[in-house]
Amino acid sequence: MSQNPISRYFNEMYQGDAVRPPYRGLEDWSRDMPAEFRDMKQSEAEALFRRIGITFAVYGEGGSPDRLIPFDMFPRVFAADEWYRLERGIKQRARALNAFLVDVYGRGEIVKAGRIPGRLVYQNEAYETAVCGIVPPKGVYSHIVGIDLVRTGPDEFFVLEDNCRTPSGVSYMLENREIMMRMFPQLFQENRIAPVETYPGLLKRTLASVAPKKCDGEPRVVILTPGHFNSAYYEHSFLADMMGVELVEGQDLFVEGDFCWMRTTEGPKKVDVIYRRLDDPFIDPLCFRPDSMLGVPGLMNVYRSGGVSICSAPGAGVADDKAIYTYVPDMIRFYLGEEPILKNVPTWQCAKKDDCKYVLENLGELVVKEVHGSGGYGMLVGPRATQSEIELFAAKIRERPENYIAQPTLALSTCPTFVEEGIAPRHVDLRPYCLVGEQIELVPGGLTRVALTEGSLVVNSSQGGGVKDTWVMAE
Amino acid sequence: MRLKVSHSTSYSYEPAKSGLIQSLRMWPSVYAGQKIIDWRVDIDAPSVRRGASFRDGAGDLIETVVIRGPVEQVTVRVSGEVETQDLSGILRGHVEKVPPLAYLRASRMTRADPALAELSADVIASTGGGLDAAHGLAAAVAEAITYQPGETESDTTAAEALALGRGVCQDQAHALIAMAHCADMPARYVTGYLHATADGTLHQASHAWAEIHVDGLGWVGFDPANRCCPNDLYIRLGSGHDAAGAAPIRGMATGQGAETLAVDLHVLDASQQ
Repeated sequence: MSQNPISRYFNEMYQGDAVRPPYRGLEDWSRDMPAEFRDMKQSEAEALFRRIGITFAVYGEGGSPDRLIPFDMFPRVFAADEWYRLERGIKQRARALNAFLVDVYGRGEIVKAGRIPGRLVYQNEAYETAVCGIVPPKGVYSHIVGIDLVRTGPDEFFVLEDNCRTPSGVSYMLENREIMMRMFPQLFQENRIAPVETYPGLLKRTLASVAPKKCDGEPRVVILTPGHFNSAYYEHSFLADMMGVELVEGQDLFVEGDFCWMRTTEGPKKVDVIYRRLDDPFIDPLCFRPDSMLGVPGLMNVYRSGGVSICSAPGAGVADDKAIYTYVPDMIRFYLGEEPILKNVPTWQCAKKDDCKYVLENLGELVVKEVHGSGGYGMLVGPRATQSEIELFAAKIRERPENYIAQPTLALSTCPTFVEEGIAPRHVDLRPYCLVGEQIELVPGGLTRVALTEGSLVVNSSQGGGVKDTWVMAE
Repeated sequence: MRLKVSHSTSYSYEPAKSGLIQSLRMWPSVYAGQKIIDWRVDIDAPSVRRGASFRDGAGDLIETVVIRGPVEQVTVRVSGEVETQDLSGILRGHVEKVPPLAYLRASRMTRADPALAELSADVIASTGGGLDAAHGLAAAVAEAITYQPGETESDTTAAEALALGRGVCQDQAHALIAMAHCADMPARYVTGYLHATADGTLHQASHAWAEIHVDGLGWVGFDPANRCCPNDLYIRLGSGHDAAGAAPIRGMATGQGAETLAVDLHVLDASQQ
């Protein structure tokens, strides 16, 4: 396999023809793999994924719930020291985001100090006045923080976005590993790969650690799902299984007295912690959208009077808005008194006149996103867009500038990937899942998404992306 | 003034509902204009379970009521006495945690259309900002939307009410909120009771008005329906972004039964008793 030495993209495995240390254990494996064997393994992997039924769209991107997301067998690997730095950066960010949430629903010190505009926070659609003044147990609003990262060089990592509500995709992290271990057990004997299987246990411990004060005894944790029509339903039931907790829908829960209860064949059981996988507006028709049948009427009153914990806490979404994202480095300095370990991508906010002017003049080189959008929809990748697409987008920005932000097109790193012709570099990103409760935990790994189309920088599964197992080498 | 309230809200269901839950926001606000002498909220129904009570970030006391079915009838009975003081609408000494800027956001009910925005801009052009502007906006709403019951529904939006030119206190309050937002002034919906209007006409009803946040003064109430600021003839209960958010009773019943509502309300001058 010959690598392109003049590529402007950082290849995570090869530096010229030399193999970078963390990937050394994969060199022989990938080079010596006969094509037939590879094809056989690939269809074996596919069959395994189909059998376990993991066919949902990553990150709630919509699309067909029956579609299988392509799994690429070539692992993505981090060295222990690389990971150590990432881990510190991710935990730092998760701490700052939670401090921000407690602050903006409390005294609003960061706004008073003039470090972030009050309007951006308080007029944000995700800001819930219903929870003003509430400090959830252990001061945590966002218990599972998914931080989307890209790499552009040996030591260059950027955070693309934060996900403070209910980031999905962690079941892929676990299943990808499971399947790799089944198919290539030898790889796991030859290489010292840090385990990710501890995630469900850590998640359960994290959730139990934020049980309300009123809970005496072992906290009962449940996962609240919108139901099997939801594109991430598989993940909800998978996590419930792995943690050994009940998977419930709104109708399985009810409010009475000071608590929330679960209907069971043995009578009602008090619920202490709800890991909800539905959005704020649907949690409780008595507090939010009155027409929602997915939630539990009265749940917000029980939550606000301290009878139950909701994870993520209602209102957490204000921290992961794309307009707020720009200020995360300031949050880190303000709350933690530390310099950010992980960098933000420079971002132009079209709501600002000068920024907007710059964006409109340089659309060809920028990536433009909707402030509240997700899943790679409503997005312009300047360098890959046609002139008419650019003009169309310019008109949209002029019409509602506050709805858009723009970022430079990042030179996403590549990782060797199995493709038609053999093995070729494809662009990747990473979403690790940071758990925040009494303690802050991060399993060594995450979900690597890969843009399977040659040259593509869009890793979203709705746009032809696949997934890989992510290895962190033990020291 | 000492006002005595007796207010019963009865819901009848035919056939009976299999269960019912309500979130109540029916206690007088704690602020310098009101001193609560006595206040009770009683629920008449078999098998009532009350709980999950707390004061929310906007300063309102909230309680949850759960009634196990079958429920044919439930009556929420409010009785109490409040000593009120005329503070010219200023909500002095009210403890709350919601930042005023959070009340610049429109809901479906209070979203401004071009007509509301234009009306607002006209007022601002002639009044400038601050308290004068707030008074001007309230007066403009009173002019533009004539008080007339029966013309609008509970889900009529501010824009629809303005287009119609008629409505009730809810519509006027929504329109005032929308217009204040256009002028970049935080505004919210307030519920309460009204004893009488300034000319002495007994009103004795549940009432709603708007509060606008004025620099230097804080929250100030404006009642377009009566072209005044709430005074000692008013009792303030709670607030929200719109009528649904501020509703004194928000409930949900399970089962197919049709609902009939009966309200009996007296807001009396206690010194006349």
